[in-house]
Amino acid sequence: MICQECGKKPATLHFTKIVNGEKTEFHICESCARERGEGIPGAPNGFSIHSLLSGLLDFDPSSTTGANSAKQQEMIRCEHCGLTYTQFSKIGRFGCSNCYRQFSDRLDPLLKRVHGNSVHVGKIPKRSGGQIQYKREIEQLRRDLQSRIEQEEFESAAHIRDRIRELERKIVDL
Amino acid sequence: MASRRFSEQALSDWMKGVGPDSEIVISSRVRIARNLRHFPFPMLATNQQSLEVMNQLTAIAQSGKLDPVGRFETIILSELSELERRVLVEKHLISPNLANESRGGAVILSENESVSIMINEEDHLRIQCLYPGFQVKEAWTLANQIDDIFEEEANYAFDEKRGYLTTCPTNVGTGIRASVMMHLPALVLTQQINRILSAVTQVGLAVRGMYGEGSEALGNLFQISNQITLGQTESEIIDNLHGVAHQIIEHEKAARQRLMSESRLRIEDRVRRSYGILSYAAVMDSKESAQRLSDVRLGVDLGLLEHVTSQSLNELIVMTQPGFLQQTFNEKMSADQRDYRRAELIRNQLRGQTEHGGA
Repeated sequence: MICQECGKKPATLHFTKIVNGEKTEFHICESCARERGEGIPGAPNGFSIHSLLSGLLDFDPSSTTGANSAKQQEMIRCEHCGLTYTQFSKIGRFGCSNCYRQFSDRLDPLLKRVHGNSVHVGKIPKRSGGQIQYKREIEQLRRDLQSRIEQEEFESAAHIRDRIRELERKIVDL
Repeated sequence: MASRRFSEQALSDWMKGVGPDSEIVISSRVRIARNLRHFPFPMLATNQQSLEVMNQLTAIAQSGKLDPVGRFETIILSELSELERRVLVEKHLISPNLANESRGGAVILSENESVSIMINEEDHLRIQCLYPGFQVKEAWTLANQIDDIFEEEANYAFDEKRGYLTTCPTNVGTGIRASVMMHLPALVLTQQINRILSAVTQVGLAVRGMYGEGSEALGNLFQISNQITLGQTESEIIDNLHGVAHQIIEHEKAARQRLMSESRLRIEDRVRRSYGILSYAAVMDSKESAQRLSDVRLGVDLGLLEHVTSQSLNELIVMTQPGFLQQTFNEKMSADQRDYRRAELIRNQLRGQTEHGGA
């Protein structure tokens, strides 16, 4: 099969594009494909998950609060790597770990759209995460403590209170 | 040279093992994405920073801390030829991204190639574990163990609320992507596949063809993976994928049984025709070879063909890819030449089997 674009070289890339239910087939050679930058897996400049994501990012959660604040948010720039929110929403990628903190206000709706959630509940690094583990344990213990008190089990409640104090001391020491 | 090993053998040693349900699930894979706290992500890192990241991470691999997991070899991508990089991609040991665009890119490969640790891909660190057959839980256990080893030495970018921080917001949280590669010819033949796959996408999983995103499923091979990485624990993610894949396996088995009881002759004819064409054709493009190899594999699984092993078919899937083909014949080829060489290679492989099988 000959490339349908240049009509010279043999077509080596065959793919089917479906946009809004409309199916188009392409049979083109590698050099034409590169020129067009069509969505060929592995080819540079191809359509990627990132360009798809930026579609999600255009979604503006602050539109209800007026265009002004939205504009301000576009100006947010990460102090560490210099990436602006506008750049992020175009490429769909963060520049550094600090971007997450810098763009935090805008991230909840985005992450909810992608994952249905915005808060991590999985694994925690053992070493750097010791503090977080203690915090999670304390939260759990506080809930226990409350229910013990409600059920008037004061003796076990006292044990739990001691355990919480112990963990709080550990956090300070870390 | 030891690092050339990967480009000589089509099949990684791990692929030669037989896993559970391997007549339907070709392989299971888990990938974990991690970044170092004090460096910009690879996209914005300077060349100097990328090198520092590479040195720091390869040093951990070479410190002996990975010994309990196995023997590893570190390969610096800039030291490989373009063809060698392409072969690594075709064996699924590295991503096209790492092969083509990375700065300071490296891969740490285990001896049997079941573990590949990519450095400076989209994220600083990507730990990938591959198992034959349906062993997604085993793959997670190993990836998790390797993650713990790196975490002891490296300062990960982790946030209490968002979890492990990644370049792309689609990976944040657990940073885990688990997938199974499934061969589903009977579901395709009985036209149930679209219904099943659209159901799969509704439970937070994604389906892709074998090579790359959104590409048509060549050779009836489908990769099913988790979409969600945030807000679920790792075991929830793994269990979800495991449960859905298990159901698809059952559907495929049922469809195969029905094909055998209702249209055995038609299936056998199809299988034997494909086998015949592969054994004798002079020109074979990659699309046709993928489809024919799928037919033959189905024939082997259903006991309709003797003298062919599924291992040699796995081997052919990799060997017939453009990069590997050119590596094998040690020359750069046009698409026409490749189709000719591909046919030759398949003929030899299948004939070799018949002779050994004593037919």
